Amino acid sequence: MREIEASAVTQAVAQLCQQASFELGEDVISALEQAQQTEESSLGKEVLGQLLENARIAKEERLPLCQDCGTAVVFLEIGQETYVIGGDLYDAVEEGVRLGYAQGYLRKSIVSQPFSARINTKDNTPPVIHTEIVPGDQLKVTVMPKGSGAENMSQLAMLKPSDGRQGIIDLVVRAVDEAGGNPCPPLIIGLGIGGTAEKAMLLAKKALLRSVAKPNPDPEIAELEKEILAQVNGLGIGPLGFGGRTTALAVNAEVMPTHIASLPVAINLQCHSARHKETIL
Amino acid sequence: MINITSPIEAEVVEKLTVGTRVLISGVIYTARDATHRRLVQALDRGDKLPFDLNGQTLYYMGPSPARPNQVIGSAGPTTSGRMDIYTPRLIAAGIRAMIGKGKRSPEVKKAIQKYKAVYLATIGGAGALLAQSIEQVEVIAYEDLGTEAILRLNVENFPAIVANDIYGEDLFYQGKAKYQRRE
Repeated sequence: MREIEASAVTQAVAQLCQQASFELGEDVISALEQAQQTEESSLGKEVLGQLLENARIAKEERLPLCQDCGTAVVFLEIGQETYVIGGDLYDAVEEGVRLGYAQGYLRKSIVSQPFSARINTKDNTPPVIHTEIVPGDQLKVTVMPKGSGAENMSQLAMLKPSDGRQGIIDLVVRAVDEAGGNPCPPLIIGLGIGGTAEKAMLLAKKALLRSVAKPNPDPEIAELEKEILAQVNGLGIGPLGFGGRTTALAVNAEVMPTHIASLPVAINLQCHSARHKETIL
Repeated sequence: MINITSPIEAEVVEKLTVGTRVLISGVIYTARDATHRRLVQALDRGDKLPFDLNGQTLYYMGPSPARPNQVIGSAGPTTSGRMDIYTPRLIAAGIRAMIGKGKRSPEVKKAIQKYKAVYLATIGGAGALLAQSIEQVEVIAYEDLGTEAILRLNVENFPAIVANDIYGEDLFYQGKAKYQRRE
């Protein structure tokens, strides 16, 4: 068994919260640059240029890419041969979020009592933590500060098996159409297909961690991603909904087996400020 | 491109047609969800408001905290649609312009036409860029709301685009119709 100090987890989370908030991923920057070349709307082109300029300023000045520094969504892939010492793992993650959001001057957006008092917890805790046990003796920590403008446009549909592939395409295109400019397009569209209701939603969120330049390795799924992307970009919504051909940069779908009676489809939208950073301990 | 000064004179909105780029200078006030609820409650009760709404501009924004050497942190717009339920009331009470992101409800569009106001969209998710146009910040009310407190901002050439005008036009509708295509 390999021992990992809880304090190392705290430091990693604190650092990743900040890095993710200030530095847009290279894959997204390249996709925005490419979209700037192909966008037909002059206003859309202009906006894409401003988003790239925003990313440059954020990195240089260590200013958050977006004032909505999000809910801290933390993924832990815990090697089964690791052993966390010196404290509770979840407490360590929470402390990392507290530290990272304070040190980075990130906005604290979490409220307790969501349907009544809605009191700000003032340190952006608690985070949302997803854990997975994996082979090996390493601990992979991923932090995704998830803004609510796009998160609010999420959907889950329990389709009928007979709805099939076309049912999925229609659902996603309709969801993006209804969302319009609200989720801050150009988007990355995370899809979770199969499993159960909650598993599909988690797959959709995890799909957003995949590079926008990488299609699903399964050719059938990659084909579905490509077709949805083309249809979504045919909607005309464009950058920030001002009209144009760049409504989404990528569709990332993750698929798993499901029940004979089910076809769960979860949609998790990611704004252009697609923030996630990871490290391995 | 039109340069406008806020507070905004009534006749200025006549020139602000959908798609026009504007650069705003002067004073604007921030207001998000909780702030809107309080402002409308204050109007309902006939209480004194934290500032005179007449001709003013609301910016749907809650910034990230400023570092010690900064005026403000990241400062981009939030989704305007969540304010729709309160907006007609505030327009009727004197608000002349709103800055945010995303489309508005039919009720808001009607109020914009009826009371001669304007909805300006700015660049969602470009908070670092937009912060560069903000020169001074002062908390004027509802400090307990944290990032949702009302801030008075002095802005210089703050960029936006006319999204809903007094003529009933809509940038989001027009833009989409122009670029919509079936594969």
